[in-house]
Amino acid sequence: MAKATLILHSGDYDKVYSALIIGNGALAMGMECTIYFTFWGLQRLKKGQLSKGKLSKMHMMGLGKWFVKRRMNAKNVVSLERLMRDYKELGGKVLACDMTMDIMGVKKDDFEPGIVDECGAVGSYINEAQHSDITLFI
Amino acid sequence: MADIIVDCVNQTCPIPLVETRKAIIAAKTGQKIEVIGTHPASKKEIPMAVEAMKLKLLKITESNGVWHILIQK
Repeated sequence: MAKATLILHSGDYDKVYSALIIGNGALAMGMECTIYFTFWGLQRLKKGQLSKGKLSKMHMMGLGKWFVKRRMNAKNVVSLERLMRDYKELGGKVLACDMTMDIMGVKKDDFEPGIVDECGAVGSYINEAQHSDITLFI
Repeated sequence: MADIIVDCVNQTCPIPLVETRKAIIAAKTGQKIEVIGTHPASKKEIPMAVEAMKLKLLKITESNGVWHILIQK
């Protein structure tokens, strides 16, 4: 089966959207998908933190994000929480970077339950990516 | 007549694709799925997904900006 493997390095609100929309798209088109959450991206796996990132541009102390969220609501864009639920329901895999966990003192218990499939290092990513048709660094 | 109806009216990217995929997973082989939506890109992309998954695209119709796509698993 065709496969997509994404690295989510950024914890920015808009980039988490990119990763989860692409991930859901891949699954919906009949592919397998793995997202490897590392560095700032890993922070978004912590309990209640999925949609807590800043905007990558024009955050303006939260004003920009507030405006973008309002526009997204008006255009019926679903929440990151809904996208993560759909991603998991369609069989998407979530890998958490264990070196980032070490550096930032993140424990498995800190993660939102039912999301992370495995904790791993670069070997886990390469192992997935070498059999993938699409791989992206976000 | 469809066995499963997926109503994605007013939904935007990527929900029509995602909900179509959920229905395809839930359907039994041979069952028909009708997806109804308004998101223009999804009208093009759902048939792409159907082709990628080697399913049958039976019919696409559109009137007043609402499209209906009939798929057979």
